[in-house]
Amino acid sequence: MNLWLEVGRIDDIPPLGARVVRTTRGNVAVFRTAEDKIFALDDRCPHKGGPLSQGIVHGGRVTCPLHNMVIELCDGQAVAPDRGCTASYPVRIVDGVIAIELTLTESALAEPTLAACP
Amino acid sequence: MEEEVNHRPRLVVIGNGMAGMRTVEELLKLAPALYDITVFGAEPYGNYNRILLSPVLAGEKSADDIMLNDESWYAQNDIRLHKGKSVTTVDRRRRVVVADDGTEEPYDRLLLATGSNPILLPIPGRDLPGVVSFRDLHDVGRMIEASERSKNAVVIGGGLLGLEAANGLLKRGMDVTVIHLMPWLMERQLDRTAGDMLRQSLESRGIKFAMPGETKEILGHGRVESVQLADGTILPADLVVMAVGIRPNTALAKSAGLHCERGIVVGDTLQTYDARIYAVGECVQHRSQTYGLVAPLFDQAKVCANHLAELGYARYAGSQVSTKLKVTGIDLFSAGDFSGDEESDQLVFNDPGRNIYKKLILKNNRIAGAVLYGDTMNAPWYFQLMRDGTDVSAIHDHLVFGKPHLGDSGHGAGGSIAAMADETEICGCNGVCKGTIVNAISDRKLFTLEEVRAHTKASSSCGSCTGLVEQILAATVGGDYSTAPKVKPLCPCTEYTHDEVRRSILDHGLKSIPEVMAFMEWRTLNGCHSCRPALNYYLLCAWPGVYRDDKQSRFINERAHANIQKDGTYSVVPRMWGGITNPKELRAIADVAEKFEIPTVKITGGQRIDLLGVKKEDLPAVWADLNKAGLVSGHAYGKALRTVKTCVGSEWCRFGVQDSTALGIKLEKMCWGAWTPHKVKMAVSGCPRNCAEATIKDFGVVAVESGWELHVGGNGGVKIRATDLLCKVRTEEEVLEHSGAFLQLYREEAHYLERTAPWIERVGLAYVKERLLEDPEGRRALHDRFLESQRYAQHDPWAERVQGADREEFRLMAMAEVSAA
Repeated sequence: MNLWLEVGRIDDIPPLGARVVRTTRGNVAVFRTAEDKIFALDDRCPHKGGPLSQGIVHGGRVTCPLHNMVIELCDGQAVAPDRGCTASYPVRIVDGVIAIELTLTESALAEPTLAACP
Repeated sequence: MEEEVNHRPRLVVIGNGMAGMRTVEELLKLAPALYDITVFGAEPYGNYNRILLSPVLAGEKSADDIMLNDESWYAQNDIRLHKGKSVTTVDRRRRVVVADDGTEEPYDRLLLATGSNPILLPIPGRDLPGVVSFRDLHDVGRMIEASERSKNAVVIGGGLLGLEAANGLLKRGMDVTVIHLMPWLMERQLDRTAGDMLRQSLESRGIKFAMPGETKEILGHGRVESVQLADGTILPADLVVMAVGIRPNTALAKSAGLHCERGIVVGDTLQTYDARIYAVGECVQHRSQTYGLVAPLFDQAKVCANHLAELGYARYAGSQVSTKLKVTGIDLFSAGDFSGDEESDQLVFNDPGRNIYKKLILKNNRIAGAVLYGDTMNAPWYFQLMRDGTDVSAIHDHLVFGKPHLGDSGHGAGGSIAAMADETEICGCNGVCKGTIVNAISDRKLFTLEEVRAHTKASSSCGSCTGLVEQILAATVGGDYSTAPKVKPLCPCTEYTHDEVRRSILDHGLKSIPEVMAFMEWRTLNGCHSCRPALNYYLLCAWPGVYRDDKQSRFINERAHANIQKDGTYSVVPRMWGGITNPKELRAIADVAEKFEIPTVKITGGQRIDLLGVKKEDLPAVWADLNKAGLVSGHAYGKALRTVKTCVGSEWCRFGVQDSTALGIKLEKMCWGAWTPHKVKMAVSGCPRNCAEATIKDFGVVAVESGWELHVGGNGGVKIRATDLLCKVRTEEEVLEHSGAFLQLYREEAHYLERTAPWIERVGLAYVKERLLEDPEGRRALHDRFLESQRYAQHDPWAERVQGADREEFRLMAMAEVSAA
């Protein structure tokens, strides 16, 4: 079962910034790029679990604040040569309101996000 | 019919060697699909690392090991490779090149990377079978073959290449004699002492020398049998290797009518006299120089690619080169002017028992050249000092002993990298051993420190092992280029250095990060985690009171005004002026710790109290309670003034000669809130017993009976460095003025993330003294600029956030009562 969860408005997130949505399952980081694209990832770096929401956002990527691993916002993949992946969530924006899709099956987490990669 | 309107311009590269392919690689990075690329290579392989021919000959590496780009690489990048074809004609009028088999390729841009040819001595017998040069895999193949069939080898030429060939053949079991015209080996890189040491060491391995010796004739019937010297000596020889030097290969360029002297003449954009034709590598002559080492090739490749990619701003200004010998077990380094003249000084260290010899040539207190034998650990450091023109007068006394504590703090290398076991831990932060680094370098064809960092994580954290990693890189890949200090760009987003960026900000009045990025043609849309904080700081420092801090370009600690911990919680350190506190403050701290269930309360090394494990959402409330007791931010999270550590001084201590606590508080009141390139720690000790440990701080003050000693550039962290004595002053006012001026000089001129210790080592203590002591007016101006900037910096960031600034930073966006998955 899928659930579209409205988490707030684009303006709630500073450009090149992120905010945290706390779910019972864990924190989800919602990012906003310079071009107002929105991405949602598990707020856990695949390296040592650092909170990606606290990192510096640049281009379509975020740098983890703990050890500088760089993660692609569109799919949660670590930028080579590093390896690792954090779960990403589909995002939908209607009239400036952000909704992220939480699913009940793990496999759906691998589906592409709605926002296009830069 | 003319060209089609929309076809991609055609780039033809003549020469499939390191220079040509490096240029193509750099070009693909900058403009992946700009050209339709064709490559001609005379050799029947892909592209390989020519400087590793010696280890192949010596049997330490295989031919496969040194391949850089196999044929699939060309296919992947959509490059047409004509291998085994030599271009014989460049028709500049029709813009077509023609190969020996008749293949024709038209070009819009042409890149010549034809390399060099070995010089063959004009002596009888040089064409006999069994006489080879040492330039390519084919030569190496012939040498290996000869070594399997026969016994005696003669190498003509006791230079770098000749000795590497001799060593390789020796390892292949041959009886090797080197004929050298000069009285000592490698005379173009070594002085007599080092040359003789090298000879001794090679002799002890079994190489024989005929020197000074002139080859008169190569004798043989149908194939080489012996070599005759001018003095009549006859050396039996089944194989003769001619390694007397190389000459730029200009034949093709000359036949095409391009201007050539010793090499193909190019300007700073690597263009020949025909603007459509570029040239790089050993075939090139730039500002009267030709180069036979790989570091300059890589520099040229970068600049050439920049122009081919139509960016057009890079300039090649020549390269400073150094030499290393790739003979396993022999550490040897040479750079610059190694002989000196009347105007220069020499520093010589000679330890024949341990086979170590070091000579530094100094001119005007700057390193002009170096020869190192037996211990080359400090080669990168000397080379850097030489290239930067650092005034070394302040470290003159210990310069020859090397950089203090290189590789210390538990990573200690006992000397030779080559002798180090594979299991030796190099990077203590990330637990990376020598073997792992060596394997990564060989398997993944790494060339630079940055690449090693990216792939192994070694040297990517605290950086104290950087010197060792560079040594391993040098030992593994051959060294010529890896030790070559580069003018390092600020980060991969730009070509420009820290200094260039800072200068542009001032000269062109750039007032925001997007302005800097637009003006300086940043390659990325909005930078990266390295350049954005640096730019934010540079702008803040350049335009106090004017620049609007960009929160999103600050590392999280400076955005949240607390230190992020491994579990995502934060730590809070209130300021304790000079380390003095009182019951009211302590009570407030205790109350806060209980109220917010803060798990750990710890005394810091800087005489303050650290509250660890605070949830981010709680930070403003924690600060509000601390503020009420008069406690403000201690900036323990910032590239900023941290703490001023003091001892109790003359107020209590029976030895104290001055009131160090009071001065410490005054210093802290003046300096708190200042943003700096990296963290800054200070201390004031009340007597020379120095209980506040002022001599390992960025700025340390030690009281003496007659006043205060001022010390700068200390560091107790990854690389412990004791301070340098700046000067002695009499009054507290003088201490304040000197410290403010010192901080401002550091703020204005150091690179972002450069502590005062490496900064002073880079610019030299003499320079700092010149600015602060010899120019009192300049000192006062620096101090005034510091105070002016402090007017805008001294606002307690905690109080501002208690009032509601950046409210969203500390709040969740949403809470969801769902359990996904």
